[in-house]
Amino acid sequence: MNNIGLIVSLLVIGLGMLWFLIVALRGREVDRRLIFLFVGLAVSVPLLFNITFSEKPTPIVKDVFYKIENLPPRSKILISYDYGPSMAPEVEPMSNAFVRHVLEKDHRLYIMALWATGQSLAATAVDSIVRREFPDKVAGVDYVNIGFKAGGIGVLNVIISDFRKMFLTDVDGNDLDSLPIFDGITSLKDMDLLLSVGGGFPGVKEWVLFAGGRFNIPTAGGCAAVSAPLLYPYYPKQMLGLLGGIKGAAEYESELKNVHPKFEETPKPGIKMMGPQTLAHLIVMAFIVIGNISFFISRKRK
Amino acid sequence: MKRQVPLIITFIVGVVLIVSVFFPRVEGWNEDFSIFFDIIAVFAYFLGGGNLIRVHLDKVNKKKRDWGFSIVTLFGFLLMLAAGLFKLWNPGGFTADVAATGSLFQLMYDWIFNPLGATMYALLAFYVASASYRAFRAKNRDATILLIASFVILLGRTPLGVYATSWIPESFSLLQIPNLAIWIMTSPNLAGQRAIMIGIALGVVSMSLRLILGVERTHLGAGNE
Repeated sequence: MNNIGLIVSLLVIGLGMLWFLIVALRGREVDRRLIFLFVGLAVSVPLLFNITFSEKPTPIVKDVFYKIENLPPRSKILISYDYGPSMAPEVEPMSNAFVRHVLEKDHRLYIMALWATGQSLAATAVDSIVRREFPDKVAGVDYVNIGFKAGGIGVLNVIISDFRKMFLTDVDGNDLDSLPIFDGITSLKDMDLLLSVGGGFPGVKEWVLFAGGRFNIPTAGGCAAVSAPLLYPYYPKQMLGLLGGIKGAAEYESELKNVHPKFEETPKPGIKMMGPQTLAHLIVMAFIVIGNISFFISRKRK
Repeated sequence: MKRQVPLIITFIVGVVLIVSVFFPRVEGWNEDFSIFFDIIAVFAYFLGGGNLIRVHLDKVNKKKRDWGFSIVTLFGFLLMLAAGLFKLWNPGGFTADVAATGSLFQLMYDWIFNPLGATMYALLAFYVASASYRAFRAKNRDATILLIASFVILLGRTPLGVYATSWIPESFSLLQIPNLAIWIMTSPNLAGQRAIMIGIALGVVSMSLRLILGVERTHLGAGNE
């Protein structure tokens, strides 16, 4: 039944594009509302019929994955939630995959946020991933959420030398000194890996500029696809790897599933969203081609 | 006085921050100033909130265009503020995490703010498609190069790029679309980005010097130049 629905949907989209092509060949413009309708179809059909593709991780994604994979157990890894709900569908699959991977490798996980909106998203991750999927992990011993502090790069400038000058407690009000996970931890310099997930300001770039790159702390991250080109200048020396957009998330999820088959059944929103992204990209490309045909025909007529 | 005090503060802060970078003995000054900055940043939230209330109350009072939306904004702002400040329905009580599961703040965040934010962002896909159709035209040589690069990136960001060019022999692997997309990102894009970044950095240095030395005074507001 699913296959029939899928074939019918793809046929409708294909015939629609053919009709647009005919319209373009006549030198006419396509109505904007029809473009919206077809983009809507392109996005919803793969979600409805669960179209997924296999992913082959690129080197920039593998570098992050194998950094976490190869660190010795109990290494200290910090994840900063530097995003809000608007960016969450694109970057949340990355932070979720990082959390799963870090805990699976028995590393110590430190969670914080440079964005006010990040604290709630971090709390959701702790509740839905850490507590549910890793019930044996103990708060304050294996993981900690120290939440958000205002100041952006100002916060980074302080915690690079002393966490306690900025964060006195974790989000539950426990004194940092009372938490075993903070034994021997003074500043960001004591971390083995810094991971920032975001796409705006402050984000991965600020982590590289004000912490990782400046003090040689391994730094990596994930960001929205539009921000990825801005971060390439820091790869691979100052930023050891990057997950760019939903494709990066899908590649990471794919590698995580292949290396740790335990995660075969866990949700993989990155891989799931690659279906809509693929079809949407094809539709956009088709519209660009149609637009150009229409443009050249009308130019020729003039 | 109104003009000189901010200029003196700017000069002292600027000089101290520069000195603290170059002299390890006074490295701590940078940190102290960062703490001052973080405290000031917290007050920005008060200012922002106060300004939001003022602007929207004024809109409602004067019944300006779309004043109904201002009521929704004010209601949402005050409700979320109260839920966070007083930790309403928070299972852990007043000392618990503001975003604790089950709290009114987190419920509204998860079920209202989160989907609304995601919806706004998702609308971009529709506008990008429409804009691409209208604006992405091979009008000249530069536009054609941009168009070809965009096609490679668009295909390279999907698994179709792999399927479409996997037949290309390994010795010509650079021509495979995913590798071509990576090359565009790591070569032409990288060169352009670095050039822009260096230009911006030089601009920031020059602007900072102008501010520290009091040559640039626009930050003092109108009438203070």
